[in-house]
Amino acid sequence: MEDTLLMDAADRFAKGEMSSEEKIYFEELRKNNPELDQAVVEQLFFLNQLDGYSNIKNFKASLAAVESKLIGEKFINRSALSETLSTKGKLVSMWHRYKKDIAVAASIAGVVSIFMATAVSSVHNKNGEITQLVEEFKNEKQKRKNIEKTVIELQEGAKPAVATTSIDARFRATGFMIDATGNYIVTNAHVVKEAKNHLVVENIKGEQFIAKQVYVNIEQDLAIIKIVDSNFKKLPTPPYTIRKTGAELGEQIFMMGYPKPEIVYEEGYVSAKNGYKMDTVYCQISTSANEGNSGSPVITKNGELIGVITSRETKAVGVVFAIKSANIYRAVNEIKKQKEDEKIKITSAPALSGLSRVDQIKKMEGYVFMIKGN
Amino acid sequence: MSNIEQDRILLEGIAAEDSNSIEQLYKQHYNMVQSMVIANAGSKDDAADLFQETVIVLFEKLRAGNFELSSLLKTFIYSVARRLWLKKLQQQQRFTSQPDELEAIVPVEDEIEQHIKLQNDFTIMETSMGKIGEPCKSLLNAYYMQKKDMNTIATEFGYTNADNAKTQKYKCLVRLKKLFFAQYKNGE
Repeated sequence: MEDTLLMDAADRFAKGEMSSEEKIYFEELRKNNPELDQAVVEQLFFLNQLDGYSNIKNFKASLAAVESKLIGEKFINRSALSETLSTKGKLVSMWHRYKKDIAVAASIAGVVSIFMATAVSSVHNKNGEITQLVEEFKNEKQKRKNIEKTVIELQEGAKPAVATTSIDARFRATGFMIDATGNYIVTNAHVVKEAKNHLVVENIKGEQFIAKQVYVNIEQDLAIIKIVDSNFKKLPTPPYTIRKTGAELGEQIFMMGYPKPEIVYEEGYVSAKNGYKMDTVYCQISTSANEGNSGSPVITKNGELIGVITSRETKAVGVVFAIKSANIYRAVNEIKKQKEDEKIKITSAPALSGLSRVDQIKKMEGYVFMIKGN
Repeated sequence: MSNIEQDRILLEGIAAEDSNSIEQLYKQHYNMVQSMVIANAGSKDDAADLFQETVIVLFEKLRAGNFELSSLLKTFIYSVARRLWLKKLQQQQRFTSQPDELEAIVPVEDEIEQHIKLQNDFTIMETSMGKIGEPCKSLLNAYYMQKKDMNTIATEFGYTNADNAKTQKYKCLVRLKKLFFAQYKNGE
């Protein structure tokens, strides 16, 4: 029941059919209830997908109709064997019959709103239930006060490590390379903060190298470290590009990190443009992340790096927050301004686009490091 | 009327799925695309397929609402068709050398990339639609594709009233959504 209510609400919100008062309630509700927000984001995304599908499907039908007409006029030549078209033609004439009956709405959006207009009456009767939802939100808010401090940092503490450099690591997290010339690696500030004595990075082969802090921004939870170990062999240019703009809703992403002592792959999608409590430094991702994933790169299908995993909602499943990648550029610029001896430059070559996921991972894994320290 | 203005009017028609505008587009640019395909190891059937796909790319672009024609429509169409055709040749490994340019070209990488993504989304939705079974498929089809109202749908599908049809439609939508996301999250 509540699902239907939620779908109704999301639909009406999308079509701008809510009264301003209701809209404020609804937005408050979303802001304070990440699980509900997640569901709404998903529903809006899905309606948008369905809208696109219907649009293009109908357009394809129009297109096929024009083509059959032009074939009839011998303007276009299709061989007789080209069967697909004749079936298309039939579908098209069917579609055109319907078209006559209905004022052509340019998009499904219009029609959904007509439907919603009829639906409003029934929803209106259920006004009590909508208020109840808002009531619930108040309860949620009270509950939330208790959990406000519980967004946990995804970093594993007190893990002894078998390190060739023979130090006992106290934590494990993840980082990734952004500059293969100067060996600069991005991770979270809360990771680096833990490394009071030693900071070590470990590559996919299990080789460890000494690193040092270069930049720590506690506020944005972003840090840049540098491999200073002479044993480290320089890598070629990283295969991913780093996005300067924000994340788009519904973008499919994958990430790689070290929630356990070997590299782990995970998938998901961007579920909100902002993070916990509408923090604009972050975006929200629907995936599963665990302690040790801090600093994991978030990559789109086409190999664009769009974020750095930082934290997750404790009380909600699959709500993970990532620092938007634009902040990496900001950090690099600050380093350039403040530290003249650090010659940092983001280097990248878009080399992941069009590859299978397995090949993308193979190309990337050498650039994702486990970060340890004590 | 200038070429640019003619193009703009034509594009408005395409965006509104107007058949006459689509026909105009064929009349103006089809032969150019066909020549390019035939000059590059393709058949007339290939040309017809390719032109359709090119027009779909154009429509997707118009639908996204951020289309500002920075070149002549002719140049845009030629560039998209050429890129799509080279891609196809590469896939079939029939690609030998870069073709001689018959027309000016503009970069269309973003458009093609977006097109591939949208095509992928389209396929996922199409497969999901194929999996939900009846009466859901017909019901959602009637509502979303044919844009019939709930009363008509109730009568046609034998529901006692529009409210029942609507409840059923919601159930179907929930199922479709599950199927869609199951594939979408796996990255097909």
